[in-house]
Amino acid sequence: MEEAELIAAAQSGDREAFDELVRRTFVDTFTLARRLTGNEEDARDVVQDAYLRAWRAIGKFRGEAQFSTWMYRITANAAATHMRKRRRHRTEALDDIVEPVDARPESQPASAAESADSLERIGAALDHLPPTLRSLVVLKDVYGLPHEAIAEELGISVPAAKVRLHRARRKLRDLLYEEGAEAHAV
Amino acid sequence: MRCDEVAALLPSLVDGVDETNLAIERHVQECLRCQTDLVRYRKLVRNLELLRTRYIEPTPGLLGDTLAALTDAAERSAFRTIVTGRRLAYAGAIGGTAVATAATAALLIVRSRRRSGLSLAS
Repeated sequence: MEEAELIAAAQSGDREAFDELVRRTFVDTFTLARRLTGNEEDARDVVQDAYLRAWRAIGKFRGEAQFSTWMYRITANAAATHMRKRRRHRTEALDDIVEPVDARPESQPASAAESADSLERIGAALDHLPPTLRSLVVLKDVYGLPHEAIAEELGISVPAAKVRLHRARRKLRDLLYEEGAEAHAV
Repeated sequence: MRCDEVAALLPSLVDGVDETNLAIERHVQECLRCQTDLVRYRKLVRNLELLRTRYIEPTPGLLGDTLAALTDAAERSAFRTIVTGRRLAYAGAIGGTAVATAATAALLIVRSRRRSGLSLAS
């Protein structure tokens, strides 16, 4: 069955059709949730919440974008809500905390950059970013969402989204190329 | 522009050069250190794009749990709809009974007044 047919069926209340959409997008949505939250436990909550929200809102889906792209936005919003709730229970100013990560390439970062190992290191470095910065870099640089969509789902302004993205890239670069960052501290 | 000023703005240069960052671009063209830094940012963004297709395998059983949660939510929603419908039906019945009772009472009062008026006149 084509995605459009499944969506139309789900919109008329067909749960089986919606379940099939869940099966087709599950790994992708889970990956995004995991990258946004930085840990598996939160990702589980976020992915379930995202699909519940999608089921409730499926009638509003216009089909202008792919179902998976629509799910990205819902997942981003669910993750932002989840992380905000979590932050309320914590006293640390997460924005100011960047834990050290052993993310530096041991040698020749340029040649190793494209390797699977290098991508693993980038994934690990992402997990060490504060949640508010991590979500920006994941949604923009990994998933290619426009600034406007990101700002809307995270409940911030477009300029704020851009500023946070640049801060996130800077922190990520510091984590990955610490040596270079020290040398450049002019 | 100085290197430390440019360093802070390099992350934005990855997205392309426009009139607002032409000065940075000019500095970078003449500064080896900033060039190296910009190459790192570009490499970083390129690698981040590659992460898009590096899927993370969900915890075993999570798909089943999610589908079960959806079933629960759908059942709860259906139950709520039924309860809301019944509540409306009950409220309608109670309201209808109240209106009918009031109408009957009003009719009885009017009749009794008419009777008492007729007996006074006679």
